[in-house]
Amino acid sequence: MIGADAIVKCLEAEGVEYVFGYPGVAICPFYNSILDSDIRTILIRTEQNAAHAASGLARVSGKVGVCAVTSGPGATNVITGIATAFADSIPLVCITGQVNSELIGSDVFQEADITGAVESFVKYSYLIKNVNDIPKAFKEAFHIANTGRKGPVLIDIPIDIQNAPVPKFHYPEEVNMRTYKPTVKGNMAQIKKVVKELEKAKRPIICAGGGVQLSGGVEVLRAFSEKYQIPVVSTMMGIGVMPTRHPLYYGMVGNNGKPCANRAMNESDLLLMVGARVADRAVSQPDLITNNKVLIHIDVDPAEIGKNVGPHVPLVGDVKHIFEDLAAQEIQCDHTHCSYGEWIKTLDRYRTEMEVKRNPKKEYVDPAKFITMLSDKMQEDGIYVADVGQNQIWSCGYHIVRKGRFLTSGGMGTMGYSIPAAMGAKLADKSRQVIAVCGDGSFQMSMMELATMRQHDIPVKIVVLKNNYLGMVREFQHYNYKDNYSVVDLSGSPDLEKLVAAYDMDFLRLSNMEHAEETIDAFLKEDKSMLLECIIDPMDLVK
Amino acid sequence: MKRIYSVSVENRSGVLCKVAGLFSRRCFNIDSLAVGETDDPAVSCMTIVSSGDERTIEQIEKQLNKKLDVIKVKTFDENASISRELMLVKVKYNRGNRRDIMENCDIMKAQIVDMSKNTMIIQICDEPERIQLFLKMLQTISIVEVARTGTLALPKCKDAEN
Repeated sequence: MIGADAIVKCLEAEGVEYVFGYPGVAICPFYNSILDSDIRTILIRTEQNAAHAASGLARVSGKVGVCAVTSGPGATNVITGIATAFADSIPLVCITGQVNSELIGSDVFQEADITGAVESFVKYSYLIKNVNDIPKAFKEAFHIANTGRKGPVLIDIPIDIQNAPVPKFHYPEEVNMRTYKPTVKGNMAQIKKVVKELEKAKRPIICAGGGVQLSGGVEVLRAFSEKYQIPVVSTMMGIGVMPTRHPLYYGMVGNNGKPCANRAMNESDLLLMVGARVADRAVSQPDLITNNKVLIHIDVDPAEIGKNVGPHVPLVGDVKHIFEDLAAQEIQCDHTHCSYGEWIKTLDRYRTEMEVKRNPKKEYVDPAKFITMLSDKMQEDGIYVADVGQNQIWSCGYHIVRKGRFLTSGGMGTMGYSIPAAMGAKLADKSRQVIAVCGDGSFQMSMMELATMRQHDIPVKIVVLKNNYLGMVREFQHYNYKDNYSVVDLSGSPDLEKLVAAYDMDFLRLSNMEHAEETIDAFLKEDKSMLLECIIDPMDLVK
Repeated sequence: MKRIYSVSVENRSGVLCKVAGLFSRRCFNIDSLAVGETDDPAVSCMTIVSSGDERTIEQIEKQLNKKLDVIKVKTFDENASISRELMLVKVKYNRGNRRDIMENCDIMKAQIVDMSKNTMIIQICDEPERIQLFLKMLQTISIVEVARTGTLALPKCKDAEN
């Protein structure tokens, strides 16, 4: 047995089913060893997408996503994917090949100081210098990635270590790190304070972030909200915590969110910020949300609490555990006492009154109407992966989550995320329908992955909202630079029908809403990859 | 606001870089930094002096605690601690100012640790402010070079300590 075999054994011990990656000389021993394993390897077409695909898989399976790339450019290419996962706290283990350990530091061919380069985007990183350290490093890496505040871990392994003989392989059963013991249980005294505040409150609201999904706390939070009739809004990463049409859900907050959700949050007298960072896009003026209300901030990462805003009640711990403990408390807030009922009536009125009215042009597809129609027609538990750009904002605003999932790159806003992430999501659960919705800009950032889908038979459906512009930037230039458009024109884009034909993929085009129903039906009919191009108004705005 | 952080870290290569990188990435100040092994060779102690508003001071501690190579972060006020810095100064001297220099050294409890015909090295170990003061006193004569450690600090002794 050599180091590379040991790596594969570690992955098997962790129950890894897929490795996304791109080989090169420095990672060849690993890719040779994995041939003898049942772990499936997916040859992605550029390394960044290996991390995105692993991210999609992790988010649907709840397991750690794994990617393996070579040294130098392979490793540096994967950084954007790692940073994307880090911003959204997605658990990944990223293996990078490295040059011979004796040559490290001498700038040889395809050498890059990857552990140094990714330091601010990873939860932790390893540079393995002794073959016997492999099992312990992997055990720790998987543990670190998927506990506490989840995130990516990078393991850099020089080629000579991969080739070194392993005298005896033993995979540790437990992790014992003196420096890493994340808080899971919430402090009981703080939980009691939350109960007291809820009893005092007249207009409480829960703002659910991505941490709810990551902790597996969706059901317990939903049940809590229903039991006490507490309204819920969400951040972008929190979309799907409540079904979109749930009577207690009022939409996404933030500068691209629903007006009624923002108003609900502003007018509340008690805000439970749950698994959310209070970052600029969700809360543009963090100081304001503590002015007229009590803020309770629940997060597994103590550093997030008080980073952007100082809460009245800080509560560190895993969302699921905290809501289980909260559910076990007796909260004296029947409707007559706290009159949450009045509050909900007010919010329901806002929801109707403040609905955004759009005036779409008839000669184009209306992305808002199209996205709602698509979500109503897709399978109930289908997975909708939104890319970045105007398409993302429309998706956030008009996609209807029922029992499915809504995935997107929230923190980093990485264009090109949707297609590789959708592939990972599909591999995580082949029984579910997976649709990637992107713009023509973001599609072209990941269109090389059509080959991966074809090669590995990953039936992902792709919608391209085509407007021949980098729409989000164009919209910004419209408002801030008086329509002086600079470098946003996408002329020169390929004919998508011809392009997908080259990959033997089926193609549909929708030019206006006239045949939308039947086109979407045809698009969703079979479980095979297909691309649907929707021609949208180039001058359309999300606001 | 000034704050002293005494950070126990795993004594591994790259840890200093990670901790220093954290400060630069989040725009925290490092006023001074001193690193050395502790009684346990697997553990190093970093003494970092930083400054910022209350939120920054709290964030520094929390972010340090997040680093997986950090074992423990202790933080304390300047007043609640004993702090020392070591400085070596090489100066040019002549017949005219030799006595003055030696008097200054006496007042400040500094020692002359090396000498040649026209230069000498003075060593002083004291509180950071007094080091600064001594350096100011020497400025009237010709300083060749200066080497200074960062601040080292430990919280003051308390009776009930175990």
